Amino acid sequence: MPKLYSGAEIVFKCLEDQNVSHLFGYPGGAVLPIYDELKNFNSVKHILVRHEQGAGHAAEGYARSTGKPGVLLVTSGPGATNAVTALTDAYMDSVPLVCITGQVPTHLIGTDAFQECDTTGITRPCTKHNWLVKDVNDLAEVMHKAFEVATTGRPGPVLVDIPKDIQFQKGKYKNFTKAKKLNGKSHDNFSQKNIDELIKLISKAKKPIFYTGGGVINSGPKASELLRELVYATGFPITSTLQGLGCFPADDNQFLGMLGMHGTFEANNAMYSCDLMINVGARFDDRITGKIDEFSPKSKKVHIDIDPSSINKNVKVDLAIVGDIKSVLISTLKTIKKSKNNFSKSNKHQISNWWEQIQKWRSKRSLDYIGNEETIKPQYAIERLYELTKDKDTYITTEVGQHQMWAAQHYKFNKPNRWMTSGGLGTMGYGLPAAVGVQIAHPKKLVIDIAGEASVLMTMQEMSTAVQYNLPIKIFILNNEYMGMVRQWQELLHDKNYSESYTAALPDFVKMAEAYGCVGIRAKTPEELDDKIIEMLNTDRPVIFDCLVDKQENCYPMIPSGKPHNQMLLGPKDQKEKKITGKGRTLV
Amino acid sequence: MANSKSAYSFAGKKQKLDTHIIVVWVDNESGVLARVVGLFSGRGYNIESLAVAEVDQKQNISRITIVTTGTPQVVDQIKLQLKKLVPVHKVADFKREDKNVIFKEMALFKFVANNIKLNKAFEACKKFNPVLLDKTTKSNVIQITALRREIDNMSKNLKKFGLVSVSRTGAVAMTRGSEVFK
Repeated sequence: MPKLYSGAEIVFKCLEDQNVSHLFGYPGGAVLPIYDELKNFNSVKHILVRHEQGAGHAAEGYARSTGKPGVLLVTSGPGATNAVTALTDAYMDSVPLVCITGQVPTHLIGTDAFQECDTTGITRPCTKHNWLVKDVNDLAEVMHKAFEVATTGRPGPVLVDIPKDIQFQKGKYKNFTKAKKLNGKSHDNFSQKNIDELIKLISKAKKPIFYTGGGVINSGPKASELLRELVYATGFPITSTLQGLGCFPADDNQFLGMLGMHGTFEANNAMYSCDLMINVGARFDDRITGKIDEFSPKSKKVHIDIDPSSINKNVKVDLAIVGDIKSVLISTLKTIKKSKNNFSKSNKHQISNWWEQIQKWRSKRSLDYIGNEETIKPQYAIERLYELTKDKDTYITTEVGQHQMWAAQHYKFNKPNRWMTSGGLGTMGYGLPAAVGVQIAHPKKLVIDIAGEASVLMTMQEMSTAVQYNLPIKIFILNNEYMGMVRQWQELLHDKNYSESYTAALPDFVKMAEAYGCVGIRAKTPEELDDKIIEMLNTDRPVIFDCLVDKQENCYPMIPSGKPHNQMLLGPKDQKEKKITGKGRTLV
Repeated sequence: MANSKSAYSFAGKKQKLDTHIIVVWVDNESGVLARVVGLFSGRGYNIESLAVAEVDQKQNISRITIVTTGTPQVVDQIKLQLKKLVPVHKVADFKREDKNVIFKEMALFKFVANNIKLNKAFEACKKFNPVLLDKTTKSNVIQITALRREIDNMSKNLKKFGLVSVSRTGAVAMTRGSEVFK
């Protein structure tokens, strides 16, 4: 007779089997049997957060910086509902999460018991799949399947709801065996014919562009390498979505910067005017396409994606290649090498006019801003932060808003998995707990949350977590006292009626840092900024950096709503007389 | 710019809507219907009718038949999104106009009237395989199988014969000939 284990033991045996080393969680009545078992499993380290949403975002940061699934453990009722924002965030941004929730005992389900909620019902639309385990003998299988669903295909969050009586009951443990096929839900579904067609389009193109996204990152570091190989072989320009930053080096000449609503002039105009668009692992999100009827009207569009439902969802494409980015790129490169060895030379000549045009757009220098000697411009703060950290292998997380866009524009990423931001859901409060998760996964690395003062207050309590586990995360707050992006929209679209976007009673962030037991630093002028940043970098403890920036600055360039890519607002740099470029820009 | 006050773009061109019958084979487990229906409501797809029952007791497979309307792009999305659900095994899609597919709905009609009218009511149903399920001196219950629109018309036209209650199912579908959808 096989040995019997309690449900709680089975949970940990599964986590061990799945090589889970960290678990972000918060205890409560309905998960106590699982917490009781924690002491018997040393390979799994529990990180106690201060709010379940923080557990979720920390697990996301962990997952996105490692490529492994993030795991969180929360209690029933409020524990589960607090995790919903993080689950939805992970669902939108395709982050693999496994959320284990406690549930009231099976005989109390449906009775409105204390801390009961319909967890699987609430999380059904924000997970890839979820399970309510009603028999302890199903538990091991469900747990393993949960990891499989979370990590295969387009990754995403899953949830396993375990009633308290099931956690106590004894049952059989089943080892992890690689399942056959997930109901035909996977993945590579392309043929050599698709690849040949792609190469035919590539060789004919005169105005091509690569448009890459988070799918490249999700496909693993190898995919980024292969992408670089393909981009160099073709000589084509490449632009990236917010989530794809880092899969191609940002300081390379072929990189046009981020595209979309706050993308660069050259990237958006190239998207509009191209004759071949190769979408690699991006999803034609509305922040990218702008007005869909006028989106890149003259181009042939190729879409490479692992998720068949992403194809033709927003934009109709001419060639769909359904598969893992890595496998598609391997096939493509193999075919190119076999058939056209001198491919790159001939192609580069063909697209030289295109590059000339792109250089013209580039010469607009759309990310320029007007410097100032008295107040710190937020863009300047990020530029300096980049300059002073670029030699370290830095991990950046962000909150959501203007600071996030400035970070995406001015911080240059050269490696995948170094950039953690909430793109799809746009969750304010994401960055601080995400930084906790990243630092847990990479204890020796520099982890910075580029934050806004409004966002960071939403999950500020996780500083306490950072202090508890000695995580030297740096919270770099661009403090303009406004919900900056809200204020910007109100200025541009609502006649400067700044309805409720000013925070009149902000805390003193330096004192707050001290109250949490970490270090607070404040920078007020451009002159002292560098020294203060260096002070922050030299502090081997968690730091809250309160960077007081220009309160009126807007984030440009910008595609206003309902406009196509070629109608961008360039902001103050359009006013030529005020323009300060080159050296003058970095001096102030 | 001046007249746009939204962070989102405007709705694009309106496309033509088609009616489709989507057949989904799923594991018959708790919550599976909620997953399928939730996908429709969550993504703004439309359900005209729905029929669901277990068809394979051994393997616990249920067959869900959904009548929906949408642009070709939306119908494609419906299929692809359904296929992503873990308990979904396969998805078939038929156009309502498709001659190779049989669609049927069933309806139960209750009439309360005198004998003459009751007989006339049964006569009127002749075209739609009527079955007399219950009869008393002043009432009867008739079952018919027909297409949606035919049942719509019948329930209107039969009022004059004392129709007091209608109960009807969603459409079910099956291909003609020997082929089976894989």
